[in-house]
Amino acid sequence: MTNRVVITGMGIVCPVGNDVESTWRALLAGTGGMAETTIFDAATFPSKFGAEVKDYDFANYTKYPNLHSFANRGACFAIGATAQACRQAGIEIETDNPADGIDRRRMGIYLGAGEGSVDNDNFFGAIVNGWDDDKQQMDWSAWAEVAFGKMHPMVELEQEPNMPASHLALLTGALGVTRSCLTACAASTQAVGEATMLVRSGKADIMIAGGAHSMIHPLGVTGFNRLTALSTRNDSPQTASRPFSASRDGFVLGEGAAIVILESLDSARKRGVEILAEIIGFGSSSDAFRVTDMHEEARGAVQAMEKALADANITYKDIDYISTHGTATSENDSIETVAIKKVFKERAKSVPASSPKSMFGHLIGAAGCAELITCVLAIRDNILPPTMNLTDPDPQLDLDYVPNKARKAKVDTAMNESFGFGGQNNVLVIRRYRE
Amino acid sequence: MKGRRVVITGLGAISPLGLTADDLWSGLMSARCGIDFIKAFDPAGFSCKLAGEAPEFKVQKYVPKSYRKAVKLMSRDIELSVVAADEAVRSSGLVTKATEQAGVNISPWRMAINLGAGVISCDLVELAFAVAKSITDGRFDIHKWGSDGLENLTPIWLLKYLPNMPACHVGIIHDIQGPSNTLTCGEASGHLAISEAAEIISRGDADAALAGGCEAKVNPIIMLRQCLLKRATSPSNDNPDAACRPFDANAQGCVFGEGAGVVVLEELDSAVGRGAKIYAEVVGTGSSNNLSGAYEHQEASGAGIQIAIETALADAGISPAQLDLIIPHGTGILADDLAEATAIQKVLGPAIRDVPVWPTKSMLSNTGAASGALDLIAAARAVDEGKIGAAKNCDNKAPGCELNITEQILEKDIRFALCCSYTFGGQTAAVVLKSFDGFAPNNQKVNMLY
Repeated sequence: MTNRVVITGMGIVCPVGNDVESTWRALLAGTGGMAETTIFDAATFPSKFGAEVKDYDFANYTKYPNLHSFANRGACFAIGATAQACRQAGIEIETDNPADGIDRRRMGIYLGAGEGSVDNDNFFGAIVNGWDDDKQQMDWSAWAEVAFGKMHPMVELEQEPNMPASHLALLTGALGVTRSCLTACAASTQAVGEATMLVRSGKADIMIAGGAHSMIHPLGVTGFNRLTALSTRNDSPQTASRPFSASRDGFVLGEGAAIVILESLDSARKRGVEILAEIIGFGSSSDAFRVTDMHEEARGAVQAMEKALADANITYKDIDYISTHGTATSENDSIETVAIKKVFKERAKSVPASSPKSMFGHLIGAAGCAELITCVLAIRDNILPPTMNLTDPDPQLDLDYVPNKARKAKVDTAMNESFGFGGQNNVLVIRRYRE
Repeated sequence: MKGRRVVITGLGAISPLGLTADDLWSGLMSARCGIDFIKAFDPAGFSCKLAGEAPEFKVQKYVPKSYRKAVKLMSRDIELSVVAADEAVRSSGLVTKATEQAGVNISPWRMAINLGAGVISCDLVELAFAVAKSITDGRFDIHKWGSDGLENLTPIWLLKYLPNMPACHVGIIHDIQGPSNTLTCGEASGHLAISEAAEIISRGDADAALAGGCEAKVNPIIMLRQCLLKRATSPSNDNPDAACRPFDANAQGCVFGEGAGVVVLEELDSAVGRGAKIYAEVVGTGSSNNLSGAYEHQEASGAGIQIAIETALADAGISPAQLDLIIPHGTGILADDLAEATAIQKVLGPAIRDVPVWPTKSMLSNTGAASGALDLIAAARAVDEGKIGAAKNCDNKAPGCELNITEQILEKDIRFALCCSYTFGGQTAAVVLKSFDGFAPNNQKVNMLY
């Protein structure tokens, strides 16, 4: 006996909107969230722009902002996204005596969350102070002088990747099973997938699941720039994220948080809350190939997609829409296209497959759940978000990527794909809820 | 646990007590202390100058020839996990691609990996070479960094420090193509990863899994963090052997260390079918949160720890009095130890007098994401051998601690053992192991999966 798992709440804070409806409107209008980087001075970096969250204040979502005063950017976004999702699902937050009928021991948290930024000024300042240029080595006592003198314990603690989940626990009072994973760009899809399994098997009635991440900081951009994974189209940020196009030159680094409330069907019915969609399949695999590259024949991606279909007990013929990983790196888009062709066979060119990353950028750990939310909305409204900036198609990439304009289409079942550095593949299948 | 039964068939550990699970076990049984003065860097300017460091090793020895080039992509955390995984696989009798010979006896598609990992601190020396080229008037100049400085880092720099890389490298070495996850819940990561791997096998998404945790905490930035948070001990810098004192009245803080623990979890029929040695069965898991606004410490009530233990016992279908062994998290941070003791006392009730409690960090140090896995390996050996070690440095129990801390080595049948952990930030975890009964290993070689 396993439980059916449904989504009863959603929340998002991302570069094109700070809630679900404004984000959806922006995506359907094809609006991008990219601009020159303001979080730090990136003027001389290879990539000088990103997709930042704008005009956001987490304090609007909590009665106790002091409890979260050191929270890192990702955690702050998660607080807003979770508050939104809980409100929609009728889950009371920040109360010792909830009247929502939910046993806190049966409500857990599963995030795909990233690390917080280092304390840049003091982090680099300590290195400068500790570096002995004559000996070409570090003097750790000189390093420690600055580090111990200037760094703040809570700022340091909040860099740990489990901290966003810690803030959500305090916000919601969740006392059930709680985990946080960090499988690169696939993290929040994996978090939602494993959380689905926890509800399915009865280990929890409700899981607050999703992702939170911001890597728009000097070391984050440095790392991706060194990998040549980021677009350097500095003269045109708004058209820089161009998944599946011939002129794609990497992803645009975004940030944000996306949260869904997963609930057993029994619990949702008992509480009488609106059911937004049902999660029917999850597939997870690893390439076991190289940490630097995806498998040339999309071995792991295909396996994850097929496992998700099998888990859902449907076939590729039942999928109406694919939300791709679609990062706009040369490799991802080619190999993802190969994977879709392998799995969808004769239907590959007729199943619409788009990439919202063309608009909100790559939310890294939070990307998968943000895209899952767009799948739920596509089902709700029977409309597909476009792949923007697809003006010069790559001749090798010949699927229906829903180019440049949102499109009406009957969508009952959607597949959401996420692939992460190191060969992490995670795929979810969701369906319009029916009795 | 519902679903398919999951057993432990392989153990691998690298720790301050040695390079193998045998070293770990014999070190713990002889109450040897793996804590010493920090060698990895000069800690003169640090409030805590002690750590648990693993003995020297050459990671190449644990990496198949065909993958040896990738060693240069491995940070210390990754190396530790590669070493522990190698031993775990070899000890299980599973044959993976890593041995580079015929006779692979598990399908790559049916194998999973699930490791706990910390945020891997980047090598500050490596970074410093680049920072040194980005200085103007004695200060870090981000413009210079962006235009030139960062060019001094190797292109794959980021990939050395992503927390999922230990699982990815181990997965490549052993050709693990099933689910791969990396749990980043601080010091609770090891137990949470093992719990999830057991669920994955139990529900049928894999037949075997490498599960555990790894973390290299002996570097300046992590040590600094723990010192600033006042979690690391400072008064005992001249006496490493007595520095970490879980549940002792004179507990003055924690000592941090490095290590990796990996177990092979396997579906029961698969293990029995190939005649594998079975150390123990995983029968219960639980997890919760300590809702403490002081994120670096646990609630005094220990409520989150208590719920994790209660959930794990309920999952195992046993009462607290049925436990024969508890390995607690026991860090040597007095307030946290008392919170954990309170939690265990509340769950056990009158059974508190009888159930032996065996803290290990006085010997192993706190290896972060690896700690839960190392404790679980100790528990599996204890269950298998019917032996529990003596606690070290708990000479006078802290007032309020009523735990039955082991004073000497105990020999007894252990039917059920509990391991529990918690982390800064508040996530908690517990796992219940059961001695395996009903099947005598017969050393038959059966390739049932192919």
